Amino acid sequence: MRKLIYLALILVTLASCSTAVIINEETEFVDTGVNPNSWVVIHAGQFYYNMHAYDIDLDYDFEMMVTHVTNQQYADYLNEAFAKGTITVEDGKIFGHHPGDPFDGYLHEWEIPAGDYLHMPFAEAGSHIKLVDGTFSVDKGFGNHPVVMITWFGAQAYADFYGYRLPLEKEWAKAARGTDKRAYPWGDHISANLTNYGSSKNALQRLYGGNISRTTPVGYFNGTTYGDFKTEDNRSPYGLYDMGGNAWQWLGDDYADVHYRYMRGGSFTNYEYNIFVWARNSAGPDFYNINIGFRCARDIVEIIEDVVIEIE
Amino acid sequence: MNRFNYLFTSTKGLILTAISLIALVTAIFNTLSGPMVEWGIRDLTVKWLGMDLNPAERAGRIIMLYHSIAMAIVAIEVYMMTSIVPMRKHEQKNINMLVTVGYIMAMVFGLGFAYWGHNFTFHGLFLVGQSLVFFSGVLLIFAFNPWKKEYYVTDKDYAHFKSGMDMERMAFFVMAIAMVISAGYGAVTGSFWANGHETFLAEDLIREPNKNGLQKAIIGHLHIMVTLVAVSITLVVGRWLEFKGLFHKIAMPFMIVGTIIISGGVWSLVWTHHAHTFIYVGSVGIMFSALMLVIYSWNKLIHDNSIELGYKNPNIFQKLKALLHDPLKFGPTWQMVFMNFTVSGIGIFMAVKLEEIFRVWPAREERITLTGHWHILAALIATIILMYYADIAGMKGKTRKWFGWIMIIGSDVAFASMTIFSMKRLFIPEEVAQQGLMNTTMLLADFGLGALLVTVAIFLGWKLFDLFQGDGIWKKEAENPELELTRTSNPVLNIRRDNEFNSEGGEQ
Repeated sequence: MRKLIYLALILVTLASCSTAVIINEETEFVDTGVNPNSWVVIHAGQFYYNMHAYDIDLDYDFEMMVTHVTNQQYADYLNEAFAKGTITVEDGKIFGHHPGDPFDGYLHEWEIPAGDYLHMPFAEAGSHIKLVDGTFSVDKGFGNHPVVMITWFGAQAYADFYGYRLPLEKEWAKAARGTDKRAYPWGDHISANLTNYGSSKNALQRLYGGNISRTTPVGYFNGTTYGDFKTEDNRSPYGLYDMGGNAWQWLGDDYADVHYRYMRGGSFTNYEYNIFVWARNSAGPDFYNINIGFRCARDIVEIIEDVVIEIE
Repeated sequence: MNRFNYLFTSTKGLILTAISLIALVTAIFNTLSGPMVEWGIRDLTVKWLGMDLNPAERAGRIIMLYHSIAMAIVAIEVYMMTSIVPMRKHEQKNINMLVTVGYIMAMVFGLGFAYWGHNFTFHGLFLVGQSLVFFSGVLLIFAFNPWKKEYYVTDKDYAHFKSGMDMERMAFFVMAIAMVISAGYGAVTGSFWANGHETFLAEDLIREPNKNGLQKAIIGHLHIMVTLVAVSITLVVGRWLEFKGLFHKIAMPFMIVGTIIISGGVWSLVWTHHAHTFIYVGSVGIMFSALMLVIYSWNKLIHDNSIELGYKNPNIFQKLKALLHDPLKFGPTWQMVFMNFTVSGIGIFMAVKLEEIFRVWPAREERITLTGHWHILAALIATIILMYYADIAGMKGKTRKWFGWIMIIGSDVAFASMTIFSMKRLFIPEEVAQQGLMNTTMLLADFGLGALLVTVAIFLGWKLFDLFQGDGIWKKEAENPELELTRTSNPVLNIRRDNEFNSEGGEQ
């Protein structure tokens, strides 16, 4: 019995001595060849929605970003927004105005009135964006990683700033799944070579060393071989990367009776059942984490051009 | 008696069969999730056994898997109850037969349907199996009928009504009725959705603001079933530990009323949110009753073991040593105390902190805490059953101590670690700083559960080895198949029950 207790104590000591994650440790920049400024059109039409594959219709075309919004894109936005005064900085945190949400007074629902809300705690570990001499910059090597540690307010503010919007759940689901009943954006199977999720941790740690679990550059899993690690292409039927894994993606829906905002896609910390195209997560709109990011949607360019022509 | 009759007709053999089947199912299906995926074990299992794991059917598979295990757990408790609660021999035989055929059918055909393609004959037979278990519950209610005069208490040291009606029997009776009605809650909702093949996990409903009646019924069903399984094992353990006297007389009314209130509360959840108040009140009744058992049994253990250890006037340390002297008898009630930290406490804490924490945290983390706390309750119940069975199997000496302590320490270390893991954001809000805590808790959980599972595997391996012996322990158990303990009543029926029927099955 004593031996058993000693063994347990040794194990606890060993575990406690484990290297703490240094998530902000500089990393080598990995060029994936995928342009984070690119968009694709998701066409109108029927598709299978959620686990039970309801046959539903989306009756309009729209565009969606091929990748998550990256740290560099978000830092660029912050510099512009800071210059224009649409955001403020206080104690290592970025704040911005939100016009408020409709409040239904439902059980457990929180009221979100107009006011200034947290966008990003950039001084906290896990954020790869820094404010140096009045300019936002990105940790070395993380420029093309998805921006994380961002609240829903922060994601919405980025989209608003450029005239985009956060995708609705149904739009996101169609962009991820296409028109068949696949379980993952790329098909029906998952492996460490297909996306950055809970079970690819060991493979990525072997490649990049240390005891680090974190995001991978956007578009990393595109069939390229990095060192001895051969990735497979994880594009969805519409050509979007990382619609499963890497970082959860905030969505634009504001449903009645709840204050939650929803996310889809799963992340590098989650196992496969969170990567399914129907897997859903939610949190308060001011919640942020190392595994939550976003991408944007927008109405298709033709419509905007029409408007421009009319104005002219 | 041959081996088949031992395993499928004697109480001790039936319990062994059910535990072995659960162990087999756990060993196989354990390889399909968690780190087993990373290590490639899942792929091997799927390939070797020819499983068909369609991702969209994961929820349905999980539902059938835990129903398969739950049916066997219910069967084990039924075997224990039909042996320790006085009833006619034919009632015991009929109930045991139905529940045995039922749980094995549910397990074999349920898992066959869920994991090896969708043969709808299997699905039908899975439902037949569950129906048989349900029907055995109905028969159990009749067998427990506390109004039968022959079952009135003979020893006034047991809790009883003025008329002499046995309160403990009433507690079993009420629990059985609540169990059958609560099973019906699951059956109705299960039928409604399963016929349309739209399965879902209750934990995925947690943040749905407008749940419909059937969704609420599912949530109620799973909570009350685990609760009632806990109530029944508490009653069984009470009998095993010879619960009687003042504490018994205080405990039983609380157990009866608590069971009625909590069950009624859960059923009314479908209609009113105020049901939670009833659930809390009922829980307090049941937990208070269990507390009485804990106090009584610990006093008794200290008293009995002090005599065995030769302490005439034991001091505090000797009392503690006496209390811990027999882990198999200390363990079950200790697990009931420990349960408050990892199950009830967490449930209450979550309710209190709902607005502050869980309305902000990600749903996936709330889900881990929620599923964690009732998985832990189910597993604690399993350890109690295993400790009782080890006692039934006649485990003695150092083996008894090792087995008992590994059950207690292994499970408690694992479940305490899991509880801390699930609540980690409370202690360390920043996820980047959680890795050390996660590593420690995961390692401890793996260590605790690993030690526990290996010990159970060795124990069952020994029982299997024994079955191959011509004159093994199984033969002695077959000759003396019932659980040995004092009963609250000892009617003539019990003594005569072997002679109650003639060889043709008609009443003499």
